[in-house]
Amino acid sequence: MNELLNQLRLVGDWLASSQQWHGDGGIPQRLLEHLTYSGLSLLFAALIGLASGLLVGHTGRGAFAVAGVATLARAIPTFGLVVLVVTLAGLSTTPVLVALVALAVPPILLNTFEGVRGVDPATRDAARGVGMTEWQVLVRVEVPMALPLILLGLRIAAIQVVATATVAAYPGLGGLGRFIVDGLSRNDYELVIGGSTLVVVLALLVQIGFTALRRAIVSPGLRVAAFTS
Amino acid sequence: MSDGEPLVRWQWIGDHAGELADYTGVHLRLGLLPVLFGLIISVPLGIVCHRRGWLYAPVLTVANILYAIPSLALFMIFVNYTGLTERTVMIPLTLYTLSVLVPAVVDGLASVPEPVRQAATALGFGPARRIVQVELPIAVPVVIAGVRVAAVSSLSLVAVGQLIGQGGLGYYITRGLQLDFPTPIVTAIALIMLLALTTDALLVLAQRLLTPWSRSKVTTS
Amino acid sequence: MIRFHAVSKNYPNGTTAVDELSLELAEGGITVLVGPSGCGKTTTLRMINRMVEPTAGTVSLRGRDIREIRAPELRRGIGYVIQHAGLFPHRTVLDNIATVPLLLGWNRKKARARAAQLLELVGLPHEMGRRYPNQLSGGQQQRVGVARALGADPPVLLMDEPFSAVDPIVRTELQAEFVRLQKELHKTIVFVTHDIDEAIRLGDHIAVFRTGGRLAQFDTPERLLAHPADAFVAGFVGQDRGIRRLSFVKAAEVPLRDGPVLPATAPVERARAAREPWVLVIDDERRPLGWAAVPELPQSGTLADASLLPLGPTFSLVADSARAALDSALLSPSRLAVGVDTDGAVVGVADAYELSATTVAADAAETEANEDVEAAGDRAGAGSAGGGEG
Repeated sequence: MNELLNQLRLVGDWLASSQQWHGDGGIPQRLLEHLTYSGLSLLFAALIGLASGLLVGHTGRGAFAVAGVATLARAIPTFGLVVLVVTLAGLSTTPVLVALVALAVPPILLNTFEGVRGVDPATRDAARGVGMTEWQVLVRVEVPMALPLILLGLRIAAIQVVATATVAAYPGLGGLGRFIVDGLSRNDYELVIGGSTLVVVLALLVQIGFTALRRAIVSPGLRVAAFTS
Repeated sequence: MSDGEPLVRWQWIGDHAGELADYTGVHLRLGLLPVLFGLIISVPLGIVCHRRGWLYAPVLTVANILYAIPSLALFMIFVNYTGLTERTVMIPLTLYTLSVLVPAVVDGLASVPEPVRQAATALGFGPARRIVQVELPIAVPVVIAGVRVAAVSSLSLVAVGQLIGQGGLGYYITRGLQLDFPTPIVTAIALIMLLALTTDALLVLAQRLLTPWSRSKVTTS
Repeated sequence: MIRFHAVSKNYPNGTTAVDELSLELAEGGITVLVGPSGCGKTTTLRMINRMVEPTAGTVSLRGRDIREIRAPELRRGIGYVIQHAGLFPHRTVLDNIATVPLLLGWNRKKARARAAQLLELVGLPHEMGRRYPNQLSGGQQQRVGVARALGADPPVLLMDEPFSAVDPIVRTELQAEFVRLQKELHKTIVFVTHDIDEAIRLGDHIAVFRTGGRLAQFDTPERLLAHPADAFVAGFVGQDRGIRRLSFVKAAEVPLRDGPVLPATAPVERARAAREPWVLVIDDERRPLGWAAVPELPQSGTLADASLLPLGPTFSLVADSARAALDSALLSPSRLAVGVDTDGAVVGVADAYELSATTVAADAAETEANEDVEAAGDRAGAGSAGGGEG
């Protein structure tokens, strides 16, 4: 318990020292970098993952490939991939973004696909029966019903991207992981634990954000079902 | 990376075969023991959550919050308590598995058809015996599906532990960066993926052996 | 055997599943609990093996309050069959059937031997024992469910809509099989269904429940159809209860008349002379050959030359019920039922209208049972004699 208090005091001191909040390498800059990596890669990954997940889910073609891609992607060590990209292409943002997008697509793709495919065929039939076009079936029925799983996929992708963006500091990139890696190399434990705390807070905010989003946009009718199932 | 350097120098792999095998063993231990520990925690926790439905939401929330914490940060937080040891890597990895394994156990138990549960009670199974002899065996396919996800993710996350000196094959990833030499990095990635996919395949096989009944589909109408 | 004494089941949300039920179920018979959904019939059933505990009152089994018996032990001594069989998907058919013997601590070999014996009893081939439940059809699964319930040879069997999840053809098959089994085993069976036809077909006694968990009537099927206690029971047994009642009237009681019956050797003129649209053609031994449509008969010759319409089912005065006679009438081209004796010789005919009079006769029979049976015998004899002259 003393250890924990001590740790918290360290973090408090570190956060309180004003030099952390200004200029090059300060918290605002690192946070901005972190959010840029994460946000951009999540955006691209969402575009790719949602489009292909909806397509495969709606048509039912390529289901086997989706499962294979998901397992394969899960097996890739993200840390290794980022380091490899930097080794091969040098220290620049674009290659790392590509790596992060590659990591974020599979969970979005898989969950979108599962969500759309999981729509009761009777519901889909009923939608066609009342005269909806294929596009309307997708947009008005399948997507709203798949929304809980789509959001789950986005959340998992966001969590992985935020975590991997932290690791990206190791081969020399910015982001909040910078504090941890620099602290480790300088044996500055205050820096390590302070950086870690920031990363944890950011991850929790992402988690809370998705929970709030889910409450806001998922139909209450589906929420009840998701809870009991 | 200097120009003309190939992605993989096979010679290097041959020279380091023995060392690679040692690190592979360490990697397996660091990646898979947490899954075992996670299962040991998740089965009773999942049973309790299944029995007391109200407990599931808070337990799952805690597991999801733990899962959201980036591994690097979590390792650093544990360094203060367990030092630069294997435990510092394995404890967070164990915690991560909970967000997959607890729902797997709960969903698995929920997959037991209600008539089966009723029949077991009516035939005179007590609660404990019913869980062990009827419900858990029926939950096995769903639980194993969760174990597959947990094991594959865990094996790929181990590498990050290298930043505190305990990363199994992750050693070659940092080594390659330091030497500006891609071969060890590519080798490590390939081996880690091989371990993950082999583990996945073995788990599929284990499921087939454990649950011969789940394969057989209705042959007569 | 099983006694409910002022048993009620109320739920905290205020609903009453069973209200002040007092009922005594006889040993060795089938008691059917029937009623609309939400009438408490399943709750009543489940109170017998303590799957549901009553809020008030006592349930006793062979004079012993079941609360004195530990629930799992009680249940091991009571067979239970449910709608979707509820077989254990992870165990083979044989191990499913051996469940209760194993719970009772039998050794595996003895339990398996017992299971194999039960598999045969419910009419399934020996090889099926090695299969898993999801390799079986719905009907086969239900048979395994029955076999599993019989595992430790329990004196009491509870069955909760056991045949309602299978298609009608299989259901009829399973019901017939069930009746056969019961003749062999003489279990005390409590059977829940929402299907009044099934209740009448299987029950020795029927308890009709109304919504709110009240017992509306407890009686034999015959009396339930003849004298429904009130409008609810009458409505529940249905508008066609008159027809159902025919199942309980012996065909021997059906009033037959001679009707237009002629041998195949008779000339067609005789058929025209009968002034009937249809003539039943018989052979030398009075066995029916078919119906001749009089307007379509050839100009001359015998009835053997005429093309006959198929007979449709006949009914036996010895073995069948009046319900079979009615079926015979409805399926016959002439709308006349043909009654035959043990040798298959025609005794007489009746139309559906005449058959419906049987239930009226049956009511009279209840008060003067003995004379009525004799009278029916006389009628059958008279019909036979009269037909001979036709």
